[in-house]
Amino acid sequence: MARLGETPSQTVGPFFSIGLSGEGENVLVSDGVAGDRIRLVGRVLDGDGRPVGDALIELWQANSLGRYRHPDDARGELPLDPAFTGFGRAATGFETGEYWFETIKPGPVPDPEGELQAPHLNLIVQARGTLNPLFTRVYFPDEEEANQSDLVLAMVPKDRRETLVAVPEGGEPAVYRFDIHLQGEGQTVFLDI
Amino acid sequence: MTEPMVRHYGPKAHTDHPPFNYPDYRSTVLRFPNKDMVSIVQTLSETTGPGPAWTEIAEEDADLTTNAGTGGTALGQRIIVTGRVLDENGEPVANTLIEIWQANASGRYAHWRDEDHPAPLDPNFLGAGQCITDGEGVYRFTTIVPGPYPWPNHRNAWRPSHIHFSIMGPALGTRLVTQMYFEGDPLLPLDPIYNSAPPHSRERMVASYDHDVTEENWATGYRWDIVIRGPLAAPTDQEDG
Repeated sequence: MARLGETPSQTVGPFFSIGLSGEGENVLVSDGVAGDRIRLVGRVLDGDGRPVGDALIELWQANSLGRYRHPDDARGELPLDPAFTGFGRAATGFETGEYWFETIKPGPVPDPEGELQAPHLNLIVQARGTLNPLFTRVYFPDEEEANQSDLVLAMVPKDRRETLVAVPEGGEPAVYRFDIHLQGEGQTVFLDI
Repeated sequence: MTEPMVRHYGPKAHTDHPPFNYPDYRSTVLRFPNKDMVSIVQTLSETTGPGPAWTEIAEEDADLTTNAGTGGTALGQRIIVTGRVLDENGEPVANTLIEIWQANASGRYAHWRDEDHPAPLDPNFLGAGQCITDGEGVYRFTTIVPGPYPWPNHRNAWRPSHIHFSIMGPALGTRLVTQMYFEGDPLLPLDPIYNSAPPHSRERMVASYDHDVTEENWATGYRWDIVIRGPLAAPTDQEDG
């Protein structure tokens, strides 16, 4: 059968929070969620290094055992966490371009060859002025060995890989910084998935 | 470890979508990625996505003329907007969340940043709604026709009437945010955001008047189908669930 053409993507515009950003959707954890608590913080910056104050960041991740809450992740031996969906949303601050999530560190997820990938978070970035969703991944600086053997990171040119690794900022729970540079020197790697 | 079922998706049809850099829409100039995207293999991180989990916890809220909860009704031309969400294979995308937002009938958003356009707010209109597609991929909203509004992109720039649509779909890469426009709007050919989509695909964003959707003494009807990426082949070993 002939393939149907896709409906074109359009910008989320400056007013997406009316429809897409509910209170508290950047907090994925609640009492009883298993796993190590983390806080992901960062700024979205444009090609001049100025904060993007109207960006929407969506987070999709596996639970602490590395299982996604999704019917196509049928690995029943890794239980789902009833208190954890793995999805969150954050809008950047208008003046600061800052976003943050409170979540847990995900467990490792297998790649198509059956090897474990390094733990990572998946982000979808959209803003006024972006016409298509931008996909990227956040890797953890304290997983050096796993990052070395990660199938997806290996597909990224070596000199750009560090844009996908969060910067540790200490703290308890652990804070990781992941700034998203939409353009220019040090542009974050965006993935064609 | 059992082998995870992997349903792969066809590559995104980039040529159906706007370019990342579209200078006529000035806000793209400093915000488009100017280094190459990196193509990767699809792993479970890409073949899964938030759609199913997010749909589970969402509540349907599909009548924007009353959902402000004031007991009053929104001003404007009441319409029904309905259609199907299909994947590129023509299969219905059932049970997926659709979220919409829009300006009121005067062309004003209920948002603190929309303060330059001296058009009245409507206390009975929030401008947001959501619904979940049924087993045939059908969605249906009741709302009002949003007004056009000015924006600072170029001299006398007015956005055509539009409703923002967000569709989750089954996987990370099926995520789509788009805008629905109205057939015959004279502002369409002047709008750089509409025109950012290639000529062969931009009309896919335009809803048509449909007399069969129109309801006697109640609302005029518009039909608009949405097509998102689909799996390369349907899974054979098990159904979703």
